[in-house]
Amino acid sequence: MGSVHAGTPLLYATLGELMEERAGIVNLGLEGVMLMGAVVGFGTTVQTGSAAMGLLAGALAGGLFNMLFGFLVITCRANQLASGLALMFCGVGLSALLGVSYIGSRIEGLKEIPLPVLSNLPIVGPILFNYDILVYLAIPMAFLVWWVLFSTRWGLSLRAVGENPTAAFAAGQNPHVLQFQALWIAGLLGGIAGAHLSVGLAKTWAEWMTAGRGFIAVALVIFSKWHPLRAIIGALLFGGAIALQLQMQAWGVPISPFILDMLPYILSLAVLAVWGGARRYAAPASLGRVFQGTE
Amino acid sequence: MSPTGELANRLGPHRHGRLGSLFRFAALFGLAFILFAIVLLVFGKNPVKAYVDIFRSTLGSTYGFSEMLVKMIPLVLTAVAVAVPSRIWLINVGGEGQLYMGAMFATWGALTFSNLPAWVLLPLIFVLGFLGGGLWGSISGILRARGWVSETISTMLLNYVAILLVNFLVFGPWKDPESANYPQTADFVDAAILPAFGNTRVHLGLIFALASLILFHFVLSRTRWGLEMRAIGGNPEAARRNGIPIARYIVLLLFIGGGIAGVAGMSEVSAIQGRLRPSLSPGYGFAGFLISWMAGGDPLGIVAAAFLLAIITASGDILQMAQGLPGSVVNILMALILFVALARHGRKAGRK
Repeated sequence: MGSVHAGTPLLYATLGELMEERAGIVNLGLEGVMLMGAVVGFGTTVQTGSAAMGLLAGALAGGLFNMLFGFLVITCRANQLASGLALMFCGVGLSALLGVSYIGSRIEGLKEIPLPVLSNLPIVGPILFNYDILVYLAIPMAFLVWWVLFSTRWGLSLRAVGENPTAAFAAGQNPHVLQFQALWIAGLLGGIAGAHLSVGLAKTWAEWMTAGRGFIAVALVIFSKWHPLRAIIGALLFGGAIALQLQMQAWGVPISPFILDMLPYILSLAVLAVWGGARRYAAPASLGRVFQGTE
Repeated sequence: MSPTGELANRLGPHRHGRLGSLFRFAALFGLAFILFAIVLLVFGKNPVKAYVDIFRSTLGSTYGFSEMLVKMIPLVLTAVAVAVPSRIWLINVGGEGQLYMGAMFATWGALTFSNLPAWVLLPLIFVLGFLGGGLWGSISGILRARGWVSETISTMLLNYVAILLVNFLVFGPWKDPESANYPQTADFVDAAILPAFGNTRVHLGLIFALASLILFHFVLSRTRWGLEMRAIGGNPEAARRNGIPIARYIVLLLFIGGGIAGVAGMSEVSAIQGRLRPSLSPGYGFAGFLISWMAGGDPLGIVAAAFLLAIITASGDILQMAQGLPGSVVNILMALILFVALARHGRKAGRK
């Protein structure tokens, strides 16, 4: 149950990052995008009293903030890794500044929606069918991203840009427009992930409350080998590690939570090392490179 | 795209004479400062007062200046840790983890051999710190040299493993039983604490940082290794055919880079903290990456960029106290400076 809770924001963030990376852009600033989503989502919920408005505002904030990243790496052709880290620092600072008056505010937050009939089932009922809307939508979202990327014309173009922007350009695509579109969607998803943390799960705002989840999402994209459906497994696994840690503390099991936390990272590394030879086929070929146009 | 274009693109800001670029940099930072002033105005704060606070608290007094130098030490070291492997296009985003591993190894040494005299113990923990960071870096080196995992990905993932490992030790086996509920190890003995200059907190790490810069510059420009590294950086395929052992260089440079970040961790834990704590570094490793990138791996550029970022990181506390702003607001200023530098550099590389 905790695994689902902790895994949901991870999954949204991972799907966003995956979309960007399929378009050939690595965004290490996802942490900052999530923080902006979290603080704007929470603030809006406090002001309007509506969690739905909060989520919407959080998503938009994430999308807009990611446009700043797009301006740097697409328009200005800046280094992606450095721009991502700078974006993270910016998000940490800006969200702290925006959120300073909301520290300690309480909200009702996103409500759980027990599914009729199903949630009354013994044992599995409360475990599987008593969540907020974003949890229910998380896995369908992964399928949606999968469908968009692999079954639509737009998804095909996007992946073409991620593999070889010059060829895509020659085939009549505009790599920059497609990348901006991918970044906008990724920002929305990252913002939702952040807003889910503050509005849905914690129901409060704290400075740097994402606590590295943005980076975990980047690791998860690698773990899932750039595939949206494998991201579901990854998010549940990573989320499970977070949840198991909380649970073990409650039970008083004498295994250190930090060792458990390490597992997902080591697993990701192991997965990559074992699949090492196949890696270059899994990662978008043009990931991290800058499309210079065709002068 | 031509290989020289790629090269220039990754090398960082081009140098057209030091004075001219210095002037341009000043203009850029001016722009970033103006943008940050606008942010402050939007939030109803007085930007002039904020800037007076920032500069007075860091450059306006001996104490402030020394505190700024204290921040500069790990920033320079972690930047060199990135710059060394970047000579052959290895991207080390693992400075933070390597710093933590260095601190961990050094702490082990300081707590285990606490009865040794300082002149043995200090070199010992220095070597251990270097080894800790270096071994951590060389894991990524081996994975890359074998063609298994890209070093960008593995150094980033290993950051978290290192930080969690330190957390595990500090909350678990290494926790000082006398420290009540604080997650920290026992205090270092005096012999394990790096000496500081005068009454300040500026410690021997400053010498390490300077030495690493000078060595880096010297090896690169004056030795055969530097030549071979430039050969690999320029054209790996040609270098390989000329018998330069690329795989060995990959592992070695990530070992050395990691080791230098490890020294940063060692000096932080020994001179500043005096015991190992989970909150060892506020992201020095990440900032080091940005500094090295801004400087394009140039030793003097590293000093300049580290100086600037040190002023900014050191002034977080004063903004919190004097203006009632959250301390992490300085991150915005830092990010704006980076944005401006990134945008300008990217455009320039694109223009060719």
